[in-house]
Amino acid sequence: MGVYLRPASLAEALDALASGSLTPLAGGTDLYPAQANLAAWNQAPDLDLLDISALPELRGVAEREDRWRLGALTIWSELLEAGLPDWFEGLRLAAREVGGRQIQNRGTLAGNLCNASPAADGVPALLALDAEVELASRAGSRRLPLAEFLLGNRRTARRPDELLVAIEIPKPAAPARATFLKLGARRYLVISIVMVAATLEVADGRVTAARVAVGSCSAVARRLPALEAALRGRPCDASLAEAVTADHLAELSPIDDARATAGYRSEAAVTLVRRALETLAAPGLERAA
Amino acid sequence: MSPDTLNAPAPERQAETAAVEFTVNGRPVAVRAGPFTRLTTVLRDHLGLTGTKVGCDAGDCGACTVRLDGRQVCACLVPLAQAAGCHVVTVEGLAEEGRLSALQRSFHLHGAAQCGICTPGMLMAASDLLARVAEPTAAEVEDALGGVLCRCTGYRKIVEAVVAAPSLPQEGNGAAEADEAPSVGRRLPRADGLAKLTGAERFGADAAPAEALWLRAVRSPHASARFEIGDLAPLHAKWPGLVRVLTAADVPGENSYGIYPHLKDQPVFAEGFARYRGEAVLALVGDRETVEAIPAAEIPIAWQPAEPVTGCAAAKAPDAPQLHGFAEGNELIRGYVEKGTPADVFADPAAAGAATVAEGTWRTGFVEHAYIEPEAGYAERVGQRLEVWGCTQAPYMDRDEVARVVGLAPEAVRIRPSACGGGFGGKLDVSIQPLLAVAAWVLERPVRGVYSRNESMAATTKRHPSEIAAKAAADAEGRLLALDFEGDFNTGAYASWGPTVAGRVPVHASGPYHLPNVRVLSRALYTNEPPAGAFRGFGVPQAAIAHECLMDDLAERLGRDPLAFRLANAIRPGQSTATGQVLEHSAGLAQCLEILQPRWRALRAAAEDFNAARRGRTRRGVGVGCMWYGIGNTALANPSDMRVVLDREGGLTLYNGAVDIGQGSATVMLQICADALGLPVSAFRQVVGDTDLTPDAGKTSASRQTFVSGKAAELAGLDLRGQILRLANAGPDAVLRLAGGTLEVVEGGRARSLALERLEQPLEGHGRFDPPTTPLDAKGQGSPYATYGFAAQLAELEVDLELGTVALHRIVAAHDLGRAVNPLLVEGQIEGGIAQGIGLALMEEYLPGRTENLHDYLIPSAGDVPEIEIHLVEDAEPLGPYGAKGIGEPALVPTAPAIFGAIRHATGVVVRQAPCLPHRLRALLKEAGHG
Repeated sequence: MGVYLRPASLAEALDALASGSLTPLAGGTDLYPAQANLAAWNQAPDLDLLDISALPELRGVAEREDRWRLGALTIWSELLEAGLPDWFEGLRLAAREVGGRQIQNRGTLAGNLCNASPAADGVPALLALDAEVELASRAGSRRLPLAEFLLGNRRTARRPDELLVAIEIPKPAAPARATFLKLGARRYLVISIVMVAATLEVADGRVTAARVAVGSCSAVARRLPALEAALRGRPCDASLAEAVTADHLAELSPIDDARATAGYRSEAAVTLVRRALETLAAPGLERAA
Repeated sequence: MSPDTLNAPAPERQAETAAVEFTVNGRPVAVRAGPFTRLTTVLRDHLGLTGTKVGCDAGDCGACTVRLDGRQVCACLVPLAQAAGCHVVTVEGLAEEGRLSALQRSFHLHGAAQCGICTPGMLMAASDLLARVAEPTAAEVEDALGGVLCRCTGYRKIVEAVVAAPSLPQEGNGAAEADEAPSVGRRLPRADGLAKLTGAERFGADAAPAEALWLRAVRSPHASARFEIGDLAPLHAKWPGLVRVLTAADVPGENSYGIYPHLKDQPVFAEGFARYRGEAVLALVGDRETVEAIPAAEIPIAWQPAEPVTGCAAAKAPDAPQLHGFAEGNELIRGYVEKGTPADVFADPAAAGAATVAEGTWRTGFVEHAYIEPEAGYAERVGQRLEVWGCTQAPYMDRDEVARVVGLAPEAVRIRPSACGGGFGGKLDVSIQPLLAVAAWVLERPVRGVYSRNESMAATTKRHPSEIAAKAAADAEGRLLALDFEGDFNTGAYASWGPTVAGRVPVHASGPYHLPNVRVLSRALYTNEPPAGAFRGFGVPQAAIAHECLMDDLAERLGRDPLAFRLANAIRPGQSTATGQVLEHSAGLAQCLEILQPRWRALRAAAEDFNAARRGRTRRGVGVGCMWYGIGNTALANPSDMRVVLDREGGLTLYNGAVDIGQGSATVMLQICADALGLPVSAFRQVVGDTDLTPDAGKTSASRQTFVSGKAAELAGLDLRGQILRLANAGPDAVLRLAGGTLEVVEGGRARSLALERLEQPLEGHGRFDPPTTPLDAKGQGSPYATYGFAAQLAELEVDLELGTVALHRIVAAHDLGRAVNPLLVEGQIEGGIAQGIGLALMEEYLPGRTENLHDYLIPSAGDVPEIEIHLVEDAEPLGPYGAKGIGEPALVPTAPAIFGAIRHATGVVVRQAPCLPHRLRALLKEAGHG
């Protein structure tokens, strides 16, 4: 069996990371299943683990002047209970779709990012919030936009000596509204076929900024810059959905797997993007925004 | 790196053995174990709290749900280190001072626990909700319980139980019902139910001698491969905790097993050639840490993978490798039924009076049982005998299989069934038992083992994939004329129950209709895929998808209402089946359809109104599926023996060999025997399923226990009653009373005590029932079953045209089961069967190597089973106990056809492949012109 460290301060944790290769462990909702899959074929590796669950610096949801800071140990349930503004609705909807309640009570948002699954439930909504991650090491800390942090299937920009300590989310420039849609073959506990998250900033009835992201349709969930550009300046009404074309999603690269075909995913992504925009343009959301 | 320790970075390293302190159910505990040890292991193995179950070790099933500082979590995902300082509540902590909580009582009274393996997790998830929301809605309950999978109940009774818990009366757990007579027909809570609610129930992994060694099988990662096992000495040298590596050479008896005496084609350990991914090639036996830690890379197996035979077409190909020497063309067996002159009808339909002929092809895939309890147990040598404890559906068959591989007489083996955490056919074959038996016998030590979820899924049997081509003809008046049906069934690498499927399908492929001309050919084919065996319905669910689609086809072509068309053709007493058997009694399909007809008309009209009024993205539809199902073995002897004993101390015990896998036979047998004897259920003790103690009641399969064993229990009760009445010189209407060890016989207002203590020996009642059947001839003609269950179900749903997704709104089920001995349990069977039918229709597809866990293989969750309305038709079967037949399998069969019929009604597309995943349905919708 490997090393298991459970430091009580961030400094100790970063020292440990600097001195050797360790796998960070928080809620365990990805690590244990991966071990179970491998153990069935006598192939589970000995893990050298850095249990970060006792680090007080990584806890808490805090409002700053221009942003919200979610400590890396924030679990999905805490996000739901945190009384965040309405424009977090997309992320909240995603939180409710992560596994079952048991997973929402253990899994962390940061872990969802670091695990870097193409089907990570939290990624599209965080992309649509323009989230950044803060990485700390003994050498100091740096911030990366989420899109630059996620490099590929199970690959991130985190160096072995770094720890993801917080997710930071800038406050929108204009009143914003957000939503999230997840498509799967059952109601609960499902790995998505396609996910869509969208945030619209709306001023004077017009879209001033749009952020739309699609998950499970490429190695990393992706924003749709062409669509976002096309939406800017449009009136926030039913015409938004009509503006969506398949070309706007051309950069996605879905695959065939046991859950769906690539062709289906491409098409369903367009459908879900349209529906997300319909939801956001629906009358009644003005007040919420 | 340093050994596994709980520590902070140097210099404040904690001692390697530092105990982690936390509380469990309010009690402080200190546990010394590795910090990454799962909380499940800590609770179960270190603290002895086995009420917390392990279903997957991956957070996929929720069976291990406990509350950690108030929040429901999967204990399998919590490292011991993180429990430090926390408050853990497990199922054992729900009852206070021995009194069940309202939630537990509500589960009991609502029949929310069947096998009981998911129950602790459900209770803990529900207790989390009830601590936050005083009176939750059904939707809130589904949300809170969505992380716990149940394979038995279909969730409806669980949701009802949680919703009802806050307003449950202060007292009562239904025990008074067991005092009531007559008992048959009562909604008696499970006789074995309370232990399932407290964590006290012992499943296969919950008990073993402390000194037991652990066994872990090493399995082929290849679907087809030659292999050689190299020198094991280095492995032993490196791992002192490894006591023995067992291979084929160590099997003391025959290295083969299988359901049929002439088809013992499956080895305990493969010999030089593995025929499917997941086949055991050797077993590591030693201490648990060692056998779990040994990596594959250190096990000296040299593999030479070969091109596998995958799917029926590959198996039939002229140049296909042959899996078994005796099976030319990889054909295990054929089944055949022919009645009338079907060839003539299809050669010239018009001349034969046919107005239309419908035809098509259908496919279904492997379906995994996904019982939440993976296979587990232990074996122990007791002198020159061997005892095996574990989960099973068939103790006597297990006994004979174990005896054979160990080289013992059957009587030298004792099978002691644990509680069985779901079976559905998957625990009719032996799995872990021969491995444990060989190890315990050879090593002369108790040996235990527990399959992991992935191992269970890779290694054990599945539902047969099917490829069916069929056609049917009807005349202008809407009368069915003929059916021609050919079906290939992929039985995987070994025979298992393949012959049963090949035999049962031809009998049932006509559907529950009267047809003068029928030809059905079925084939079971070997492939390099998991063995396909018994799974709730033995091929009939696959066949029903085809025959019900044909019914819809014919109704459409003839312009007739699909339900009315079925009703007109429903087989009725006096008519003959495809095997020429004239049904004399209890053929209640017509009653089922008549009961459904008003609902059908209303729901169909509402769906059509909805579709006409909207041009939106969804369409509603209502479909109907019908089924019939022969109860018990197909044209084979199928006896059950029951024994009831009244001892000299006044103890009354039913020795019931019918294992209860959650369906409720341990309750139903008591109800039947109690009424036959004339004493209340509460007067009985019961011994279930132990091959040393109970007579052979046969296997728990084929929906046979209520009908066959129930009849035996009735006869045993009547036998004992007769002896008592003779001793008391009393007439047949005398009333019995048993209290305080005294038996009173009351007749004409006079009570007489029987001095039981003065009897030379206890009074024993025996009952035996073997349903009358006849063998099938070369054309499959004969009477293969003594009776049949019938059912029809409606599905109401909404299809999202753009996404190809299906939202189920409702299932309306009507079942003719002869007599509902216990309507509460019957409803549980129907709801659970419907849930599995939903899975078959919409999501379940096992792909070897790709969906070997419960997050890639989907079974319905609490949010996937809609409202279910149940109508029971009690068309009594004269042969059955109090008129009862069976319900277990009939519950599942009509659901997928009803769903596919509803999709067709909603959208016009015809589903020909199960499961109808969103991408498949979307492709069909596009073909049909839906954008």
